[in-house]
Amino acid sequence: MRDINISELEQKFQAKIDNDVKIEPNDWMPEEYRQTLIRQISQHAHSEIVGMLPEGNWITRAPNLRRKAVLLAKVQDEAGHGLYLYSATETLGADREETIDDLHTGKAKYSSIFNYPTLTWADMGAIGWLVDGAAIMNQVPLCRCSYGPYARAMVRVCKEESFHQRQGFEIMAHLAQGTPEQKAMAQDALNRFWWPSLMMFGPSDADSKHTAQSVQWKIKRHTNDELRQQFVDVTVPQAALIGLTVPDKDLKFNEETGHYEFGEIDWTEFWEVVKGNGPCNKERVDARRKAKENGMWVREAANAFAAKRAARKSA
Amino acid sequence: MTKKEWPLWEVFIRSKAGLNHKHVGSLRAADAHMAIENARDVYTRRSEGISIWVVESNNLVASDPSDADSLFEPADSKVYRHPTFYDVPDGISHM
Amino acid sequence: MNSLFEYVLRLGDDSLILGHRLSEWCGHGPILEEDIAMTNISLDLVGQATSLLGYAGELEGKGRDADALAFLRFDREYKNVLLVEQPNGDFGMTMLRQFFFDSFRKPLFEKLQHSTDQHLAAIAEKSLKETKYHLKHSSEWVIRLGDGTEESNARIQESLNTLWRYTNELFFTDEVDNELVEKGIVPSLQEIQIEWNATVTAVLTEATLTIPTNNWKQEGGRKGLHSEHLGYILAELQYMQRAYPNMQW
Repeated sequence: MRDINISELEQKFQAKIDNDVKIEPNDWMPEEYRQTLIRQISQHAHSEIVGMLPEGNWITRAPNLRRKAVLLAKVQDEAGHGLYLYSATETLGADREETIDDLHTGKAKYSSIFNYPTLTWADMGAIGWLVDGAAIMNQVPLCRCSYGPYARAMVRVCKEESFHQRQGFEIMAHLAQGTPEQKAMAQDALNRFWWPSLMMFGPSDADSKHTAQSVQWKIKRHTNDELRQQFVDVTVPQAALIGLTVPDKDLKFNEETGHYEFGEIDWTEFWEVVKGNGPCNKERVDARRKAKENGMWVREAANAFAAKRAARKSA
Repeated sequence: MTKKEWPLWEVFIRSKAGLNHKHVGSLRAADAHMAIENARDVYTRRSEGISIWVVESNNLVASDPSDADSLFEPADSKVYRHPTFYDVPDGISHM
Repeated sequence: MNSLFEYVLRLGDDSLILGHRLSEWCGHGPILEEDIAMTNISLDLVGQATSLLGYAGELEGKGRDADALAFLRFDREYKNVLLVEQPNGDFGMTMLRQFFFDSFRKPLFEKLQHSTDQHLAAIAEKSLKETKYHLKHSSEWVIRLGDGTEESNARIQESLNTLWRYTNELFFTDEVDNELVEKGIVPSLQEIQIEWNATVTAVLTEATLTIPTNNWKQEGGRKGLHSEHLGYILAELQYMQRAYPNMQW
């Protein structure tokens, strides 16, 4: 045992972070850092996995073979991303199965956007364009996060996500230039997904309890409001370019600041959806729980067979 | 009660001939066959590899970070192991 | 009758419908890794369907492309075998259905890659690589589940008893096959069946499963006579194209 006290360890730890030296799994870290990471990474992983469901909803109804293949590949990527992220939480000593159980019991949260239903094909466009767009904005800074395995997972995720947003925008652009029915479908999807997308960045900085510490630890690089503003600034012109209208009557460009000003987010709706009262919360969690329960016998059988195979080998 | 979760495996991928296998992440699998197949599906969807190694995480032995000082710092002072330590007169090539 | 068109259409429909069925699993697999694996197989099948139906459209020469054939035919015009339209059931049922199919497709593509028809040979060569992997994956799972726990053995045995009656149709042969076999364009399905029997017997034996003695053949798919399940598959598959006719997506 080394004769070193906790505050000294903490100082060394913070010094590493300040010098942009990555923290790796076996390095000493404050328990709160570990817990914050487990919470954040597993929430992120759950969001990827639950996020498969609203889009998976349209795979069998995709309008042509190309769109079907692209959507399948995209939803598959979400599964991959969830897996990379669960792997990162495992390096912190969080067992995947237990982490997933927390999702199923409602103890762990996931991005509230996935509690909204996908009602038309255009929603596949809106999700790719807006939801993945917002996700990328959140995720790019995480590639420089202080925790090595999380940062590395995010590099991989961001690389793969870049096609997701493009395919979504392509769907929207295509619809917006299509028949009146298609254009109406695209506008309707934008109307429904715009505000929930803004909510994806989380509560405003004034109400966000984790931000300061997370910024100091370089788990987080920008505040929620900064990222939200950045999202609005890049997305509004994209909508204009394809002839769609952002559903916000207060939206206007401020020449002085160079930023868009936008209307008030309905935070009551946000918190209700987070609490479980969104349109699809129950369906989403039920679907995941069912997948786990229905797969139990398969996982047991594979274990039993692996044990038999190993026994035969050593016999 | 038997443990239902499959063991964890570490995955190493050779991205092209001539390069080392490099650690890319981990996954769960019940046995080695499955670990290879899962690694193929999870980590090479975009042609990232031509060869895969998997090793059960339990079997991996790692150095202790708290020994890092004594393990690695002694090498720092042995600069004579690097070619740049030596002066070579101008005009000498192929060295 | 344009036999080659009909033949390629049958192959394409098998891939299309099985790819559709497998894609229903996406997001609901027994474990994340397997979710990804099944989606990969589904993607391969959708890709095969695209190539095969595209070629079928060319052979037909009426201006129909892969999408027109995939999305805009009537129920009785789909020529897939009944096996591939059967519901997913549990994971074991899905893997067993896949295994029966892969054990058929692998020897078939091995022969077809040497077909005198260059286009078909090229599609077969590419698909063979994918199919070999599918077969490895599905046969390993059949063995694991068969020789796993008591429960898994009972479950997959029950699936075997259900699906067995659809396996004979894989070797359905009519004037379409006869004409093409004679011309040396495609292999005789009797040859394929010999290999299929060997693979299936070996794997099911290793899986400690009992091959049903009931050899009654359920067939009709190759002639467009399907089970009730196909109608629902098409209702989803064709929904967009039917609800919004003549639009580009």
